[in-house]
Amino acid sequence: MKDIKVLGPGCKRCQTTAEMVQTEADRLGVAVAIEKVTDYAAIASFGIASTPGIVIDGKVVHAGGLPKAEDIAQWLA
Amino acid sequence: MTECCSKTAVDSIPAEPNPTASPSTFAWLAGTLAALTAWGLAYAFLQPAADWATALLPLEPGSHLAEAVAFFLYDTPKVLMLLVLVVFAMGVVRSFFSAERTRALLAGRHEGRGNVAAACLGIVTPFCSCSAVPLFIGFVSAGVPLGVTFSFLIAAPMVNEIALGLLWALLGWQVALAYLGFGLLIAIVAGWVIGRLHLEGWLQDWVRNVRAGAVELPGQRLTIVDRLKAGLDAVADIVGKVWTWVIAGIAAGALIHGYVPAELLAAIMGREAWWSVPAAVVVGIPMYSNAAGIIPVVEALLGKGAALGTVLAFMMSVIALSAPELIILHKVLKGRLIAVFVAVVGLGILAVGFLFNALFA
Repeated sequence: MKDIKVLGPGCKRCQTTAEMVQTEADRLGVAVAIEKVTDYAAIASFGIASTPGIVIDGKVVHAGGLPKAEDIAQWLA
Repeated sequence: MTECCSKTAVDSIPAEPNPTASPSTFAWLAGTLAALTAWGLAYAFLQPAADWATALLPLEPGSHLAEAVAFFLYDTPKVLMLLVLVVFAMGVVRSFFSAERTRALLAGRHEGRGNVAAACLGIVTPFCSCSAVPLFIGFVSAGVPLGVTFSFLIAAPMVNEIALGLLWALLGWQVALAYLGFGLLIAIVAGWVIGRLHLEGWLQDWVRNVRAGAVELPGQRLTIVDRLKAGLDAVADIVGKVWTWVIAGIAAGALIHGYVPAELLAAIMGREAWWSVPAAVVVGIPMYSNAAGIIPVVEALLGKGAALGTVLAFMMSVIALSAPELIILHKVLKGRLIAVFVAVVGLGILAVGFLFNALFA
């Protein structure tokens, strides 16, 4: 089970990012628990300056803009 | 200005071009070249095509309606085509910058040169409005001085790169360059002033307690194809979002062009009416439009004899100071600091308005 956090104040891009991660996980058959982090202080504590951000098992893998589907697949592998 | 901007750009370009350019890279480059050529050809034929289309309509030549329709038919494809080109170019340029990179470049910079660098980076660093707060916290907690952060935050909306590209194409390079220069000047001076005032205490309390970690993002080595794709993504994203604003702006411009008497407009927004600059700022602040939507209005106003400084002041206040952005910033700034921000930027815009009216007589 991968622990995934999507960082973002709740704008449309952040929603889309979370959906993309879920879709990609379903496609690859990877079990994930996605948590949305919307608190600004919590977002900042991860050290990113642009949202949406993605954290997988405690490691920041992406910040700023929508991720690419093939990148998500790589992070989940 | 050129020093700070070009330096960062050079830093971020990979030292050597990819030596093993694959066939798909050539296909992308050839495709881009073909698309640009097609764009140029189509653009050259816009005026005859618009004239032809207008002539087909049952309109009395020279009437108000015919003037308005001709403006609309010519300007709509023209502005949309320019918009696509400008947004594509900016998408490619922006792939060289990221908010995290910018923060690292600005961390520990001192005031003065830091303000200059921040203002320049504010133009090219991509961030969406919902990122304003994380970005602000990220900057301040990483040790970027408050005044330098403000230079960035002011330059980002004030010197809008889309507005810049469209001004260049529609009104000439002098106007575009003056807009760029004075926009940067406002961002630099306003940020410096806010830094001098030492207003750190006017941040919301929780902001000062946030300790941000530094993050190393996995190195993303982007290829030329990746950057061209980033340009296309930007076109799909931004043009897809703003095209309705643009058409509304062109329609407003067409009405002004066809129906507003030049004498009336010159009396209200002309150089003789000194009060028109502050009035334009006061009217512009609560309006929320898109940079791309406001340019056709600017074009039409200037065509009717409005003064350049007044029109630019109006445009800058519409773009740079918007209510939604101020509401978002209230999460990190106390009301007093927001008021200082609005006042300093507003004064800067006023100064630009008066200066332009004096310079471009």
